[in-house]
Amino acid sequence: MSNHLLSVQDLNIFFKSDKNLTPIHAVRDLSFSIDQGEMLGVVGESGSGKSITNLAIMGLLPETAIVSAKEFVFNKNALLELKDTTWQKIRGGEISMIFQDPMSALNPFLSVEFQMIETIKAHKGLSKKEARELSLDLLDQVGIASPKERLSSFPFELSGGMAQRVMIAMAISSDPKLLIADEPTTALDVTIQKQILTLLKSLQNKKNMSIILVTHDLGVIGEFSEKVQVMYAGEVVEAGKTEEIINAPQHPYTSALLNSRPGAVIRKAKTILPSISGIVPSFNQRPQGCQFHPRCNFTQSDCINQKISLLNGCRCIHPLTNGVNL
Amino acid sequence: MKFILKKFFDLIPTLLGISLICFFLIRLIPGDPVLNLVGERGLDPVKYLEMKKTLGLDLPILEQFWIFLKKVIQGNLGTSIVSNNSVWSEFIERFPATLELGLIALIFSTIIGIPLGIYAALKRNSFFDYFLMSASLIGYSMPIFWWGLILILIFSVKLGLTPVSGRIDLLYEVPTFSGLYLIDTLQKSVLNAEGLKPFFSAVSHLVLPAIALGTIPLAVIARMTRSSMLEVLGEDYIRTAKAKGMSKKRIVYIHALRNALIPIITTLALLFGSIITGAILTETIFAWPGIGKWIVQSISSRDYPVIQGGVLIISFIIIFTNITVDLIYYILNPKMRN
Repeated sequence: MSNHLLSVQDLNIFFKSDKNLTPIHAVRDLSFSIDQGEMLGVVGESGSGKSITNLAIMGLLPETAIVSAKEFVFNKNALLELKDTTWQKIRGGEISMIFQDPMSALNPFLSVEFQMIETIKAHKGLSKKEARELSLDLLDQVGIASPKERLSSFPFELSGGMAQRVMIAMAISSDPKLLIADEPTTALDVTIQKQILTLLKSLQNKKNMSIILVTHDLGVIGEFSEKVQVMYAGEVVEAGKTEEIINAPQHPYTSALLNSRPGAVIRKAKTILPSISGIVPSFNQRPQGCQFHPRCNFTQSDCINQKISLLNGCRCIHPLTNGVNL
Repeated sequence: MKFILKKFFDLIPTLLGISLICFFLIRLIPGDPVLNLVGERGLDPVKYLEMKKTLGLDLPILEQFWIFLKKVIQGNLGTSIVSNNSVWSEFIERFPATLELGLIALIFSTIIGIPLGIYAALKRNSFFDYFLMSASLIGYSMPIFWWGLILILIFSVKLGLTPVSGRIDLLYEVPTFSGLYLIDTLQKSVLNAEGLKPFFSAVSHLVLPAIALGTIPLAVIARMTRSSMLEVLGEDYIRTAKAKGMSKKRIVYIHALRNALIPIITTLALLFGSIITGAILTETIFAWPGIGKWIVQSISSRDYPVIQGGVLIISFIIIFTNITVDLIYYILNPKMRN
């Protein structure tokens, strides 16, 4: 058994649809690991399987999902064999999660106080009074001014940024070992984005917590995370050190993602923002061979038929060197 | 407070509209209260006109309406043409019977309907779910008068378990305290004289009418709870609650049910209206001496003051319930408080 905090090997997730149809293969042979105190960035378009993987780690996939893996271990717990009661301890206790839209992720009918205290009581066994004090302290830690007033607020009285801070405060209340941040800034103003990510980064360092940061934006990952994995159509297409990947992407998809960042263009010239033509193939229309070949600018005949495996952190048989296909 | 005041001001045009409608609508029905009263044969035309005059029915119709309105504002709902009692006293005498029946029917349908709906939502697409949804569709489409008769046939006639009609066995003398027999039969004097027998007699009389009347609300509540629950269970904050490690029970009862109840409570208020309408049929079948039967009788005898006044009071009660529900809604939903 490995010493990683979370170790995933050959994770496959299927969804049963109608009885007659073959199950949908949403995530294929996904392998990665994360160590204590480490941040892993996950990038990919919608439909690439990022969120499904996160829900699998939390054990929150719907009943129609079939999950299999060679290894799927968190902190010595085999996640596929856990009982409900153990799950309740791990969820929110050892693995916490924050979501894309903080405004809908908080229960609109319960006060911030109620929602925070119930979480703390469930995982820390504190009395109501102690839990309240801890809540105030946590709200202060995540940078909320006048925590006392905010504690008695209802979610609709908060701004998006504040609601996300509350979510973070709640998520770290049990000192989790792993925090999954599923596109935590997508629904927020650009100005707030950086504040939230900086907050997450500082909490990671302060608490020696591991973070899985999921985002659309490779730029964000470049700034905050040492490790990155790029996902496409349920597979990892490229993984490794962020710096190397951003400076010299090997996979055409990573390269295309980097080129589609608005910032990348402004620096070069007044050209039209490049985009990747087409969309991520839907679950039941995945192509044979390289998943990316229909949208790739460098497709060759051998890309189309053979299954391509991850080699040196890149799932491509014609990897790029300095942005050029050899 | 402002909210409550505003609600009450909204009442005025509504009540005015209702009095307008019920005043003119009954006068559209063919028939003549005076002829109904004295019989058509051998009526002296002079006496006929005289009676019309005493009842104020000879005046132009708009003037009649104006007089009716003036009296209503003064709190006078008029006097029954048939019995010469004031409409209000007749109403007060009969209303407890209907209230008792309606409340029990509503409690019956809520207590059974909400848990069924929750269970169906949690077991979505299971056999139980399909079964319940089809059963509720049948219940919803069941005509009350037919369903009531079937219940009487099975439980009273065939099985002999329950009485056929009325509120209580004629043997028992129950002094009026609240007008609700379930309460009145528990008074000390009754308990001392007869023990619990009168109470159980009242209960057994109540069972069938309450089931007949509560079936449609039960179906509505069960379906409503199910769909409302399903909607809430799919919300992001339920996923958050799961991700926080909350137990299933807590998620269902604390995080989901409270939010799912809000539309159900609104439905309950609307159902109260349909319970009163349903009571008219139910009371006629089970010879239940409430306002439903009273209104039906006064319609057949063209007792204009009773119909006008009765409908007005019933409307007022329904509107009032709706305001109360708005208030509950207001208390349950923190967003409304700002």
